Amino acid sequence: MNCDEAQVLLHALIDGELDAGNAREVEAHVAACPKCAATLSDVQDLRKAIDSRALQFTAPRGLRRNIEGKLPASPATAANRRAILKGFALGATATALAASGLLLMVTREIEQRRVLDEIVSAHLRSLQSDRLTDVVSSDQHTVKPWFNGRLAASPPVIDLTAQGFTLLGARIDYVDARPVAAIVYRRRVHIINLFCEPASSQAETAASMQSLHGFNVRSWGEKGIHLWAVSDINPDELSEFGEKFAAGLSQ
Amino acid sequence: MSGVDRFIIPVGETGHSVMAGDTELGGGSKANRFKELALPHLDAVYTLARYLMRNRSDADDAVQECYLRAFSHFDTFRGVSIKPWLFAILRNVCHSVYLEKARLVYGEEIGSEASADPMWREQGDTPEQAVVRRGESETMRRLIDKLPAEFREVIVLREINDLSYRDIALVIEAPIGTVMSRLARARALLRDAWLAAEGGSKGQ
Repeated sequence: MNCDEAQVLLHALIDGELDAGNAREVEAHVAACPKCAATLSDVQDLRKAIDSRALQFTAPRGLRRNIEGKLPASPATAANRRAILKGFALGATATALAASGLLLMVTREIEQRRVLDEIVSAHLRSLQSDRLTDVVSSDQHTVKPWFNGRLAASPPVIDLTAQGFTLLGARIDYVDARPVAAIVYRRRVHIINLFCEPASSQAETAASMQSLHGFNVRSWGEKGIHLWAVSDINPDELSEFGEKFAAGLSQ
Repeated sequence: MSGVDRFIIPVGETGHSVMAGDTELGGGSKANRFKELALPHLDAVYTLARYLMRNRSDADDAVQECYLRAFSHFDTFRGVSIKPWLFAILRNVCHSVYLEKARLVYGEEIGSEASADPMWREQGDTPEQAVVRRGESETMRRLIDKLPAEFREVIVLREINDLSYRDIALVIEAPIGTVMSRLARARALLRDAWLAAEGGSKGQ
Protein backbone atom coordinates (compact mmCIF):
# COMPACT_ATOMS: atom_id res chain seq x y z
CA MET A 1 0.00 0.00 0.00
CA ASN A 2 1.39 3.39 -0.93
CA CYS A 3 0.79 6.71 0.83
CA ASP A 4 -1.71 7.98 -1.74
CA GLU A 5 -3.89 4.96 -1.10
CA ALA A 6 -3.39 5.07 2.64
CA GLN A 7 -4.25 8.78 2.81
CA VAL A 8 -7.71 7.95 1.52
CA LEU A 9 -8.18 4.54 3.10
CA LEU A 10 -7.34 5.74 6.59
CA HIS A 11 -10.63 7.62 6.48
CA ALA A 12 -12.45 4.40 5.64
CA LEU A 13 -10.58 2.80 8.57
CA ILE A 14 -11.72 5.52 10.98
CA ASP A 15 -15.27 5.30 9.68
CA GLY A 16 -15.43 1.54 10.19
CA GLU A 17 -15.93 0.88 6.48
CA LEU A 18 -13.07 -1.62 6.12
CA ASP A 19 -13.16 -5.31 6.83
CA ALA A 20 -10.61 -6.82 9.18
CA GLY A 21 -8.08 -7.69 6.47
CA ASN A 22 -7.99 -4.26 4.85
CA ALA A 23 -8.05 -2.56 8.23
CA ARG A 24 -4.91 -4.49 9.21
CA GLU A 25 -3.17 -3.41 6.00
CA VAL A 26 -3.95 0.25 6.56
CA GLU A 27 -2.87 -0.03 10.19
CA ALA A 28 0.38 -1.68 9.15
CA HIS A 29 1.10 1.14 6.69
CA VAL A 30 0.28 3.81 9.26
CA ALA A 31 2.50 2.14 11.83
CA ALA A 32 5.45 2.40 9.45
CA CYS A 33 4.71 5.81 7.93
CA PRO A 34 5.01 8.98 10.05
CA LYS A 35 3.20 11.09 7.46
CA CYS A 36 0.11 8.88 7.36
CA ALA A 37 0.23 8.40 11.14
CA ALA A 38 0.10 12.18 11.52
CA THR A 39 -2.87 12.43 9.17
CA LEU A 40 -4.66 9.68 11.07
CA SER A 41 -4.21 11.42 14.39
CA ASP A 42 -5.22 14.79 12.85
CA VAL A 43 -8.46 13.31 11.60
CA GLN A 44 -9.13 11.66 14.95
CA ASP A 45 -8.58 14.98 16.74
CA LEU A 46 -10.92 16.73 14.36
CA ARG A 47 -13.61 14.12 14.86
CA LYS A 48 -13.30 14.49 18.64
CA ALA A 49 -13.94 18.20 18.21
CA ILE A 50 -17.08 17.56 16.21
CA ASP A 51 -19.94 17.07 18.62
CA SER A 52 -22.47 15.72 16.17
CA ARG A 53 -25.42 16.09 18.53
CA ALA A 54 -24.62 19.71 19.19
CA LEU A 55 -24.36 20.34 15.46
CA GLN A 56 -27.78 18.91 14.72
CA PHE A 57 -30.84 21.06 14.37
CA THR A 58 -34.35 20.42 15.56
CA ALA A 59 -37.07 21.07 13.05
CA PRO A 60 -39.33 23.93 14.20
CA ARG A 61 -42.69 22.72 15.47
CA GLY A 62 -44.47 24.86 12.94
CA LEU A 63 -42.68 23.10 10.10
CA ARG A 64 -43.62 19.68 11.42
CA ARG A 65 -47.25 20.75 11.81
CA ASN A 66 -47.25 22.22 8.32
CA ILE A 67 -46.00 19.03 6.74
CA GLU A 68 -48.36 16.83 8.72
CA GLY A 69 -51.21 19.12 7.75
CA LYS A 70 -50.40 18.91 4.07
CA LEU A 71 -50.25 15.14 3.90
CA PRO A 72 -53.66 13.91 2.90
CA ALA A 73 -56.19 11.79 4.63
CA SER A 74 -58.38 11.76 1.52
CA PRO A 75 -58.28 9.79 -1.75
CA ALA A 76 -57.50 11.42 -5.10
CA THR A 77 -55.87 11.71 -8.51
CA ALA A 78 -52.75 10.21 -10.00
CA ALA A 79 -51.69 13.33 -11.87
CA ASN A 80 -48.38 13.42 -10.08
CA ARG A 81 -47.17 10.46 -12.13
CA ARG A 82 -46.33 12.93 -14.85
CA ALA A 83 -43.37 14.03 -12.87
CA ILE A 84 -40.04 13.21 -14.33
CA LEU A 85 -38.35 10.37 -12.56
CA LYS A 86 -34.68 10.06 -12.59
CA GLY A 87 -32.72 6.95 -11.77
CA PHE A 88 -29.06 6.88 -11.24
CA ALA A 89 -26.48 4.22 -11.18
CA LEU A 90 -23.63 3.55 -8.86
CA GLY A 91 -21.08 1.54 -10.72
CA ALA A 92 -17.94 -0.21 -9.70
CA THR A 93 -16.17 2.53 -11.62
CA ALA A 94 -14.93 4.73 -8.86
CA THR A 95 -13.69 7.38 -11.27
CA ALA A 96 -11.67 9.41 -8.82
CA LEU A 97 -9.69 6.37 -7.79
CA ALA A 98 -9.95 4.27 -10.90
CA ALA A 99 -6.19 3.99 -11.13
CA SER A 100 -5.91 2.03 -7.93
CA GLY A 101 -6.87 -1.62 -7.94
CA LEU A 102 -6.69 -1.79 -4.19
CA LEU A 103 -9.18 1.03 -3.71
CA LEU A 104 -11.51 -0.55 -6.22
CA MET A 105 -11.33 -3.78 -4.32
CA VAL A 106 -12.11 -2.03 -1.07
CA THR A 107 -15.09 -0.20 -2.52
CA ARG A 108 -16.39 -3.52 -3.85
CA GLU A 109 -16.07 -5.06 -0.43
CA ILE A 110 -17.94 -2.17 1.15
CA GLU A 111 -20.71 -2.81 -1.39
CA GLN A 112 -20.79 -6.50 -0.58
CA ARG A 113 -21.01 -5.95 3.14
CA ARG A 114 -23.83 -3.54 2.53
CA VAL A 115 -25.66 -6.21 0.54
CA LEU A 116 -25.26 -8.65 3.42
CA ASP A 117 -26.76 -6.02 5.71
CA GLU A 118 -29.70 -5.56 3.41
CA ILE A 119 -30.30 -9.29 3.03
CA VAL A 120 -30.49 -9.68 6.80
CA SER A 121 -32.69 -6.57 7.07
CA ALA A 122 -35.05 -7.94 4.43
CA HIS A 123 -35.21 -11.23 6.34
CA LEU A 124 -36.00 -9.42 9.59
CA ARG A 125 -38.64 -7.28 7.91
CA SER A 126 -40.33 -10.37 6.53
CA LEU A 127 -40.52 -11.90 10.00
CA GLN A 128 -41.88 -8.76 11.61
CA SER A 129 -44.50 -7.86 9.06
CA ASP A 130 -47.48 -9.84 7.94
CA ARG A 131 -45.95 -9.94 4.48
CA LEU A 132 -43.83 -13.04 4.75
CA THR A 133 -45.45 -14.41 1.63
CA ASP A 134 -47.43 -12.80 -1.20
CA VAL A 135 -48.32 -16.19 -2.60
CA VAL A 136 -48.95 -18.96 -0.12
CA SER A 137 -48.46 -22.44 -1.49
CA SER A 138 -46.42 -25.51 -0.81
CA ASP A 139 -46.70 -26.41 -4.50
CA GLN A 140 -43.71 -25.30 -6.58
CA HIS A 141 -45.90 -25.40 -9.69
CA THR A 142 -48.08 -22.68 -8.16
CA VAL A 143 -45.26 -20.58 -6.78
CA LYS A 144 -43.03 -20.45 -9.85
CA PRO A 145 -45.65 -19.13 -12.32
CA TRP A 146 -46.67 -16.50 -9.77
CA PHE A 147 -43.40 -14.70 -10.49
CA ASN A 148 -44.14 -14.43 -14.21
CA GLY A 149 -44.65 -10.81 -15.13
CA ARG A 150 -43.58 -9.72 -11.67
CA LEU A 151 -39.87 -10.12 -12.23
CA ALA A 152 -37.74 -9.96 -15.36
CA ALA A 153 -36.66 -13.56 -14.84
CA SER A 154 -38.61 -16.27 -13.09
CA PRO A 155 -36.54 -17.74 -10.24
CA PRO A 156 -36.12 -21.46 -9.56
CA VAL A 157 -38.67 -22.78 -7.08
CA ILE A 158 -37.85 -26.19 -5.67
CA ASP A 159 -40.00 -28.13 -3.26
CA LEU A 160 -37.78 -29.50 -0.51
CA THR A 161 -40.57 -30.62 1.82
CA ALA A 162 -39.51 -34.25 1.54
CA GLN A 163 -35.98 -33.23 2.55
CA GLY A 164 -37.15 -31.46 5.70
CA PHE A 165 -37.55 -27.92 4.39
CA THR A 166 -41.20 -27.05 3.89
CA LEU A 167 -42.03 -24.68 1.05
CA LEU A 168 -44.35 -21.97 2.41
CA GLY A 169 -44.63 -19.60 -0.54
CA ALA A 170 -42.92 -16.58 -2.01
CA ARG A 171 -42.95 -12.83 -2.35
CA ILE A 172 -41.16 -9.99 -4.10
CA ASP A 173 -38.73 -8.20 -1.84
CA TYR A 174 -36.22 -5.42 -2.32
CA VAL A 175 -32.52 -5.69 -1.77
CA ASP A 176 -30.34 -2.73 -2.57
CA ALA A 177 -33.39 -1.01 -4.08
CA ARG A 178 -33.79 -3.83 -6.61
CA PRO A 179 -36.69 -6.24 -6.75
CA VAL A 180 -35.64 -9.81 -5.97
CA ALA A 181 -37.50 -13.07 -5.59
CA ALA A 182 -37.84 -14.32 -2.03
CA ILE A 183 -38.82 -17.96 -1.65
CA VAL A 184 -39.83 -18.91 1.85
CA TYR A 185 -39.16 -22.22 3.55
CA ARG A 186 -39.66 -23.49 7.06
CA ARG A 187 -37.41 -25.80 9.06
CA ARG A 188 -39.20 -26.81 12.26
CA VAL A 189 -40.12 -23.37 13.72
CA HIS A 190 -37.45 -21.49 11.78
CA ILE A 191 -38.07 -19.47 8.64
CA ILE A 192 -35.60 -19.53 5.78
CA ASN A 193 -35.75 -16.77 3.19
CA LEU A 194 -34.07 -17.66 -0.08
CA PHE A 195 -33.37 -14.53 -2.13
CA CYS A 196 -32.60 -15.05 -5.82
CA GLU A 197 -31.37 -12.67 -8.44
CA PRO A 198 -30.05 -13.20 -11.96
CA ALA A 199 -26.24 -13.10 -11.82
CA SER A 200 -24.08 -11.19 -14.25
CA SER A 201 -22.39 -14.38 -15.39
CA GLN A 202 -23.04 -18.11 -15.66
CA ALA A 203 -19.92 -18.83 -13.62
CA GLU A 204 -20.37 -20.70 -10.38
CA THR A 205 -19.59 -18.84 -7.19
CA ALA A 206 -18.50 -21.00 -4.31
CA ALA A 207 -20.76 -20.92 -1.28
CA SER A 208 -19.76 -18.68 1.58
CA MET A 209 -21.32 -18.52 5.03
CA GLN A 210 -21.49 -15.26 6.91
CA SER A 211 -23.15 -14.30 10.12
CA LEU A 212 -24.75 -10.98 11.07
CA HIS A 213 -26.92 -10.01 14.04
CA GLY A 214 -27.41 -13.67 14.93
CA PHE A 215 -28.53 -14.71 11.46
CA ASN A 216 -26.59 -16.91 9.10
CA VAL A 217 -26.38 -16.06 5.44
CA ARG A 218 -25.19 -18.57 2.86
CA SER A 219 -24.55 -17.03 -0.53
CA TRP A 220 -23.60 -18.78 -3.71
CA GLY A 221 -24.05 -18.59 -7.45
CA GLU A 222 -24.89 -21.21 -10.04
CA LYS A 223 -26.60 -21.52 -13.39
CA GLY A 224 -26.68 -17.76 -13.82
CA ILE A 225 -28.44 -17.12 -10.52
CA HIS A 226 -27.15 -15.59 -7.34
CA LEU A 227 -28.72 -16.92 -4.17
CA TRP A 228 -28.71 -15.92 -0.54
CA ALA A 229 -30.27 -18.18 2.07
CA VAL A 230 -30.91 -16.45 5.42
CA SER A 231 -32.12 -17.96 8.64
CA ASP A 232 -31.48 -18.30 12.32
CA ILE A 233 -30.93 -22.05 11.93
CA ASN A 234 -27.36 -23.15 12.48
CA PRO A 235 -24.79 -22.93 9.68
CA ASP A 236 -24.69 -26.71 9.18
CA GLU A 237 -28.40 -26.92 8.55
CA LEU A 238 -28.30 -23.86 6.32
CA SER A 239 -25.51 -25.51 4.30
CA GLU A 240 -27.60 -28.64 4.09
CA PHE A 241 -30.46 -26.52 2.78
CA GLY A 242 -28.20 -24.90 0.19
CA GLU A 243 -26.84 -28.25 -0.97
CA LYS A 244 -30.29 -29.80 -1.28
CA PHE A 245 -31.52 -26.78 -3.19
CA ALA A 246 -28.50 -27.01 -5.50
CA ALA A 247 -29.14 -30.72 -6.02
CA GLY A 248 -32.75 -29.96 -6.92
CA LEU A 249 -31.57 -27.28 -9.31
CA SER A 250 -29.33 -29.70 -11.19
CA GLN A 251 -32.06 -32.26 -11.73
CA MET B 1 -25.37 -8.98 -7.73
CA SER B 2 -25.39 -7.17 -11.02
CA GLY B 3 -23.01 -4.52 -9.71
CA VAL B 4 -25.28 -1.62 -10.55
CA ASP B 5 -27.51 -0.18 -7.90
CA ARG B 6 -30.48 1.92 -8.67
CA PHE B 7 -32.18 4.43 -6.56
CA ILE B 8 -35.03 6.45 -7.94
CA ILE B 9 -35.15 10.05 -6.88
CA PRO B 10 -38.10 12.16 -7.88
CA VAL B 11 -36.89 15.43 -9.32
CA GLY B 12 -40.22 16.63 -10.64
CA GLU B 13 -42.39 19.43 -9.43
CA THR B 14 -44.98 18.88 -6.79
CA GLY B 15 -48.20 20.34 -8.07
CA HIS B 16 -51.37 20.66 -6.09
CA SER B 17 -52.10 17.05 -6.86
CA VAL B 18 -49.38 16.17 -4.41
CA MET B 19 -51.71 16.89 -1.57
CA ALA B 20 -53.91 14.14 -2.88
CA GLY B 21 -53.56 10.52 -1.96
CA ASP B 22 -53.57 7.45 -4.08
CA THR B 23 -56.92 5.88 -4.79
CA GLU B 24 -55.61 2.37 -5.22
CA LEU B 25 -53.81 2.28 -1.93
CA GLY B 26 -56.35 4.39 -0.13
CA GLY B 27 -55.06 7.89 0.56
CA GLY B 28 -55.24 7.47 4.30
CA SER B 29 -53.17 4.33 4.61
CA LYS B 30 -50.51 5.56 2.19
CA ALA B 31 -50.22 8.81 4.10
CA ASN B 32 -50.07 6.98 7.41
CA ARG B 33 -47.34 4.67 6.22
CA PHE B 34 -45.40 7.61 4.83
CA LYS B 35 -45.74 9.54 8.07
CA GLU B 36 -44.64 6.53 10.06
CA LEU B 37 -41.52 6.03 7.94
CA ALA B 38 -40.54 9.56 6.95
CA LEU B 39 -41.48 11.87 9.81
CA PRO B 40 -39.04 10.37 12.33
CA HIS B 41 -36.26 11.67 10.05
CA LEU B 42 -37.57 15.23 10.02
CA ASP B 43 -34.86 16.58 12.32
CA ALA B 44 -32.12 14.89 10.30
CA VAL B 45 -33.54 16.20 7.03
CA TYR B 46 -33.92 19.65 8.56
CA THR B 47 -30.32 19.53 9.76
CA LEU B 48 -29.05 18.76 6.27
CA ALA B 49 -31.26 21.54 4.88
CA ARG B 50 -29.84 24.06 7.33
CA TYR B 51 -26.31 23.24 6.23
CA LEU B 52 -27.12 23.17 2.55
CA MET B 53 -29.22 26.36 2.51
CA ARG B 54 -27.49 28.15 5.40
CA ASN B 55 -30.54 30.09 6.40
CA ARG B 56 -33.65 29.21 8.27
CA SER B 57 -36.45 30.21 5.94
CA ASP B 58 -34.89 28.60 2.86
CA ALA B 59 -34.31 25.44 4.90
CA ASP B 60 -37.96 25.41 6.03
CA ASP B 61 -39.19 25.75 2.47
CA ALA B 62 -36.80 23.10 1.17
CA VAL B 63 -37.77 20.55 3.83
CA GLN B 64 -41.46 21.11 3.18
CA GLU B 65 -40.99 20.72 -0.56
CA CYS B 66 -38.85 17.61 0.05
CA TYR B 67 -41.54 15.91 2.12
CA LEU B 68 -44.30 16.72 -0.34
CA ARG B 69 -42.19 15.50 -3.24
CA ALA B 70 -41.25 12.35 -1.34
CA PHE B 71 -44.88 11.68 -0.51
CA SER B 72 -46.08 12.14 -4.07
CA HIS B 73 -43.46 9.63 -5.23
CA PHE B 74 -43.69 7.36 -2.24
CA ASP B 75 -44.88 4.48 -4.41
CA THR B 76 -41.57 4.59 -6.28
CA PHE B 77 -39.59 4.25 -3.07
CA ARG B 78 -38.04 0.80 -3.12
CA GLY B 79 -35.12 1.21 -0.81
CA VAL B 80 -34.53 -0.47 2.46
CA SER B 81 -33.89 2.71 4.34
CA ILE B 82 -35.86 5.85 3.62
CA LYS B 83 -33.38 8.28 5.14
CA PRO B 84 -30.89 8.44 2.24
CA TRP B 85 -33.80 8.70 -0.17
CA LEU B 86 -35.18 11.72 1.69
CA PHE B 87 -31.71 13.25 1.81
CA ALA B 88 -31.29 12.77 -1.94
CA ILE B 89 -34.64 14.42 -2.63
CA LEU B 90 -33.81 17.28 -0.29
CA ARG B 91 -30.47 17.77 -2.00
CA ASN B 92 -32.19 18.01 -5.37
CA VAL B 93 -34.71 20.48 -3.98
CA CYS B 94 -31.90 22.61 -2.56
CA HIS B 95 -30.03 22.56 -5.85
CA SER B 96 -33.09 23.63 -7.81
CA VAL B 97 -33.75 26.43 -5.33
CA TYR B 98 -30.19 27.60 -5.84
CA LEU B 99 -30.58 27.45 -9.58
CA GLU B 100 -33.80 29.42 -9.41
CA LYS B 101 -32.08 32.08 -7.45
CA ALA B 102 -29.28 31.99 -10.00
CA ARG B 103 -26.78 31.66 -7.25
CA LEU B 104 -23.58 29.69 -7.32
CA VAL B 105 -24.00 26.32 -5.76
CA TYR B 106 -20.39 25.46 -5.16
CA GLY B 107 -17.49 27.37 -3.78
CA GLU B 108 -19.62 30.22 -2.58
CA GLU B 109 -18.50 32.20 0.45
CA ILE B 110 -20.85 32.37 3.35
CA GLY B 111 -23.10 35.40 3.45
CA SER B 112 -23.41 37.69 6.46
CA GLU B 113 -27.08 36.74 6.72
CA ALA B 114 -26.34 33.15 7.63
CA SER B 115 -23.56 33.76 10.10
CA ALA B 116 -25.62 36.37 11.97
CA ASP B 117 -28.03 33.64 12.86
CA PRO B 118 -27.06 31.75 16.03
CA MET B 119 -28.43 28.26 15.77
CA TRP B 120 -28.21 26.96 19.28
CA ARG B 121 -31.06 29.08 20.57
CA GLU B 122 -33.79 27.15 18.88
CA GLN B 123 -32.62 23.74 20.01
CA GLY B 124 -34.32 23.59 23.38
CA ASP B 125 -31.19 22.55 25.26
CA THR B 126 -30.63 22.56 28.95
CA PRO B 127 -28.61 25.65 29.95
CA GLU B 128 -25.52 23.52 30.62
CA GLN B 129 -25.59 21.97 27.16
CA ALA B 130 -26.03 25.38 25.61
CA VAL B 131 -23.03 26.77 27.43
CA VAL B 132 -20.79 23.91 26.39
CA ARG B 133 -21.96 24.20 22.86
CA ARG B 134 -21.78 27.89 22.38
CA GLY B 135 -18.03 27.80 22.28
CA GLU B 136 -16.70 24.86 20.33
CA SER B 137 -19.75 23.75 18.46
CA GLU B 138 -20.73 27.21 17.35
CA THR B 139 -17.24 27.62 15.92
CA MET B 140 -17.41 24.22 14.27
CA ARG B 141 -20.81 24.94 12.78
CA ARG B 142 -19.55 28.18 11.32
CA LEU B 143 -16.50 26.44 9.86
CA ILE B 144 -18.63 23.73 8.29
CA ASP B 145 -20.90 26.40 6.82
CA LYS B 146 -17.88 27.99 5.18
CA LEU B 147 -16.80 24.82 3.38
CA PRO B 148 -17.56 24.68 -0.34
CA ALA B 149 -20.85 22.85 -0.87
CA GLU B 150 -19.38 19.62 -2.27
CA PHE B 151 -17.25 19.20 0.87
CA ARG B 152 -19.83 20.59 3.28
CA GLU B 153 -22.41 18.01 2.29
CA VAL B 154 -20.16 14.99 2.80
CA ILE B 155 -19.11 16.29 6.23
CA VAL B 156 -22.72 16.80 7.28
CA LEU B 157 -23.80 13.41 5.94
CA ARG B 158 -20.90 11.54 7.52
CA GLU B 159 -20.14 13.41 10.76
CA ILE B 160 -23.52 14.82 11.73
CA ASN B 161 -26.01 12.44 10.17
CA ASP B 162 -23.81 9.34 10.49
CA LEU B 163 -24.43 7.86 7.05
CA SER B 164 -22.39 4.97 5.66
CA TYR B 165 -20.25 5.59 2.57
CA ARG B 166 -22.75 3.63 0.56
CA ASP B 167 -25.64 5.84 1.65
CA ILE B 168 -23.62 8.99 1.07
CA ALA B 169 -22.87 7.72 -2.43
CA LEU B 170 -26.59 7.29 -3.05
CA VAL B 171 -27.39 10.75 -1.75
CA ILE B 172 -24.76 12.66 -3.67
CA GLU B 173 -25.10 10.48 -6.77
CA ALA B 174 -21.44 9.60 -6.93
CA PRO B 175 -19.36 6.42 -6.71
CA ILE B 176 -18.03 5.33 -3.32
CA GLY B 177 -14.49 6.13 -4.44
CA THR B 178 -15.54 9.73 -4.92
CA VAL B 179 -17.16 9.76 -1.49
CA MET B 180 -13.90 8.58 0.06
CA SER B 181 -11.67 11.07 -1.71
CA ARG B 182 -14.08 13.95 -1.15
CA LEU B 183 -14.41 13.14 2.53
CA ALA B 184 -10.62 13.01 2.85
CA ARG B 185 -10.33 16.46 1.27
CA ALA B 186 -13.25 17.84 3.29
CA ARG B 187 -11.70 16.74 6.56
CA ALA B 188 -8.34 18.23 5.61
CA LEU B 189 -10.00 21.57 4.79
CA LEU B 190 -12.07 21.54 7.97
CA ARG B 191 -9.11 20.66 10.12
CA ASP B 192 -7.03 23.49 8.69
CA ALA B 193 -9.86 25.94 9.27
CA TRP B 194 -10.39 24.61 12.79
CA LEU B 195 -6.71 24.94 13.71
CA ALA B 196 -6.69 28.49 12.35
CA ALA B 197 -9.81 29.37 14.33
CA GLU B 198 -8.46 27.82 17.53
CA GLY B 199 -5.14 29.59 17.16
CA GLY B 200 -6.94 32.86 16.58
CA SER B 201 -9.27 32.57 19.55
CA LYS B 202 -6.67 31.41 22.03
CA GLY B 203 -3.83 33.57 20.74
CA GLN B 204 -1.60 30.56 20.20
